[in-house]
Amino acid sequence: MSYGKYVLRKGLWYLLTFFIATTLVFIIPRLIPGNPISAIVAQMGSGVPSESMQRVYESFIRDYGLDKPVVLQYIDYMKNLFHGELGISFSLYPKGVTEIIGEALPWTLALQIPAILVGWILGNLLGAYAAYKRGKFDKVLFPVSLLVSAMPYYVLAILMQYIFGVYLGWFPPSGGYSMSAFPSFTFDFMVDILSHYTLPFVSLVAVTIGSQAIGMREMSIYELNTDYVNYSRMLGLEDRKIVSYIFRNAMLPQITGLAISFGTMVGGSIITEIVFGYPGIGTWLFNAIRQNDYPLIQGIVLVITITVLFANFFLDIMYGFLDPRIKAGEMEEG
Amino acid sequence: MNLKKRAGALNKKLLIGAIIFFVILIVSFAYPPFSKRDPLEMEGMMFEPPSSLYPLGTDNFGRDVLTELIFGTKTSITIGFIAGSIATLIGTTIGVFAGYCGGNTDNILNTITNIFLVIPPILILIVISVSIQSRSILIMSLILGITSWPWTARAIRAQAQSLRNREHIKMAKLNGESLAEIIAFEVLPYLASYIVMAFILQVSTGILNEAAMSMLGLGPTDTVSLGTMLEWALLFESARIGAWWAFIPPGLAITMITFSLYLANSGMDEIVNPRLRGVV
Repeated sequence: MSYGKYVLRKGLWYLLTFFIATTLVFIIPRLIPGNPISAIVAQMGSGVPSESMQRVYESFIRDYGLDKPVVLQYIDYMKNLFHGELGISFSLYPKGVTEIIGEALPWTLALQIPAILVGWILGNLLGAYAAYKRGKFDKVLFPVSLLVSAMPYYVLAILMQYIFGVYLGWFPPSGGYSMSAFPSFTFDFMVDILSHYTLPFVSLVAVTIGSQAIGMREMSIYELNTDYVNYSRMLGLEDRKIVSYIFRNAMLPQITGLAISFGTMVGGSIITEIVFGYPGIGTWLFNAIRQNDYPLIQGIVLVITITVLFANFFLDIMYGFLDPRIKAGEMEEG
Repeated sequence: MNLKKRAGALNKKLLIGAIIFFVILIVSFAYPPFSKRDPLEMEGMMFEPPSSLYPLGTDNFGRDVLTELIFGTKTSITIGFIAGSIATLIGTTIGVFAGYCGGNTDNILNTITNIFLVIPPILILIVISVSIQSRSILIMSLILGITSWPWTARAIRAQAQSLRNREHIKMAKLNGESLAEIIAFEVLPYLASYIVMAFILQVSTGILNEAAMSMLGLGPTDTVSLGTMLEWALLFESARIGAWWAFIPPGLAITMITFSLYLANSGMDEIVNPRLRGVV
C-alpha cells in the first residue's frame, strides 16, 4: 500500500464517519418523543406566547422544512450543511448561526491549538524522562500527574480562576478582553487579550501534560525492554542517544493517542471556556442550551464534529508520513 | 531486581485507591438514611460562610453544602456505577466478538468502534440530552452508558485477539464446544482482570461526564449530584464572589473519587502486566 493509497483510504473512511456523525445529529432528536423540534411544531398549533416568537418559529419550520416528509428534511439538512447554512438563531434572531459561530471559532482555535501542542510536547518529554530515570523523579512525577489528570479539567479551571484570578488577582478571572477595552491592533489591547488568555491556556495545558505524560511513560517503559535498547546498552551508547531512540519509537503511538484523546479534549475545552467566560464556541453552546436555542446548539455541535474529524484526518496523514512501515506498505491500518 | 519490594509497592497502589474509594462510598451511602436534613431545603441565606450550623457553609439557594455534598456524592457514584456497567457490558460484548471471531465480524464491529471513537462522545451526549426534558438518575446513567463504550470495546478486542490462537481454545474447538461455550468458559475468564479494569475506568468516566453535562446545563433534573453542585456554583459565580465552599467540596470529592479509581486501576494494571513495574 503506497502512501497515496493510504491517504485516499483514510479520506474515504473519514467521509463515511462524517456522514454517520451528521446523520446521528439529524436523527437522534427526531427519534426521542418530546424533543425540541416537535415541541416547537406543537406550540405553533396551540398558540405561541408572543407574535415575535411566532415569527421566529415560522422561519425555523421553513428553514428546516418541518412541514415536509422526513426524507426531504434530511436532504435539505445535508444540502444546507454543505453550503454552510446552519439556520437562524432563536435567541439572537435574526442573526444567522453561521455568523455567530464564525465570530466565536477564532477564539476557540487560538486557545485550543497552542494549548494542545504545548501540553502534548511537554507531557511527552516529561513522560519519557520519568520512564528512563525511574527512581525519585518518577516516584514524584507519576503520582502528581495521576492526581492532576484525575482532577477534572473543570475543577482545575475553577480552582485556577479562584486562586489566580480572584484571590491573588494576578489575571482577570473571566472574559476574552476587558469590557472597557476597544478591540484594535494596539499594544494595550494585545496585553489585555494575553492577560485574559493566560488562565484558560494554562489550565488546558496542565491537564494535557498530565494525561500525555502518563501515556508516554508507559510506552517508554515498554520500549525500554526491547532488544534494540539492551543491545545499545551493551554497546555502551550514551544515555542521551538511547533516550532519543526510545523517544522516537514511543512517539508514534502517542500521535495516535493524541488523535483519540481529541474527543475528550473537546469536552474539556468547552467547559474550560464556560468557566472562564471565554468568548469561544463553548460559551456560546452554554448560552444556547440555557435559552433552548436549538438551531445554535445543532450548529455548534456540527461545527465541533467537523473540526474534530479534520484534526484526526490530519493527524492520520502525519502518522502515515512519519511511520516508515506505512510507506513501505507493511502496515495494515483499519 | 528486588522482587518482593516491587510486589509490595504495587499492592500499595491498589490498596490506597480501594481504601479511599470505599471510605467515600460508605460515608455517602450510610449517612443519607439517617440524615435529618434535606439536601434540597433552603435553610439559610445565600453563600453563608462555614459555621457551626453549616459546617461547609451554604450555597446560592441557602442550602447546607455538607448535606448536599454527601447526597450528591451518592447520586454521582450511583450514576457512575450504572453508566459504567452499561458501557462495560456493551464494550465487552463488542470487543470479545470482534477480537475472538475475527474476519468480517471483526471488520464490521471494529469499523463501528473506530467511528464512535472519533466522534466526541460529549457531542452525542448533548444531542440526546437536549431532546429529553426531564432526566432522572436512571435516564442520565443510560445516556452516559450508551455513549462511552468504544474505549472498552477497543481494549477488550485487543486482549481477545491475543487469546484466539491459544492451545486451550483450540482444544475446546476440537471438543466441539459451541461459540457461546467457548466465549463463556475459555475466553471471558482470561479477560476478567481487563474487564474489571475497564469497569473501574468506566465508573470514573461516568462520574466525570455527569459533572460535565451538568455544568453544560444538561445534568440530572430534580436531584443533587456533584455535577449539579458545580453547575450552580458556576452559574452564580461563586468563584468570583469568593465563596470557595460552594465549589471546592464538590470539586475535591470528584477529584478524590476519580483519583482513587485511577490509582486502583493502575495498581491492577501492574499486577496483570509485570512489565510496567519493571520486574521482567
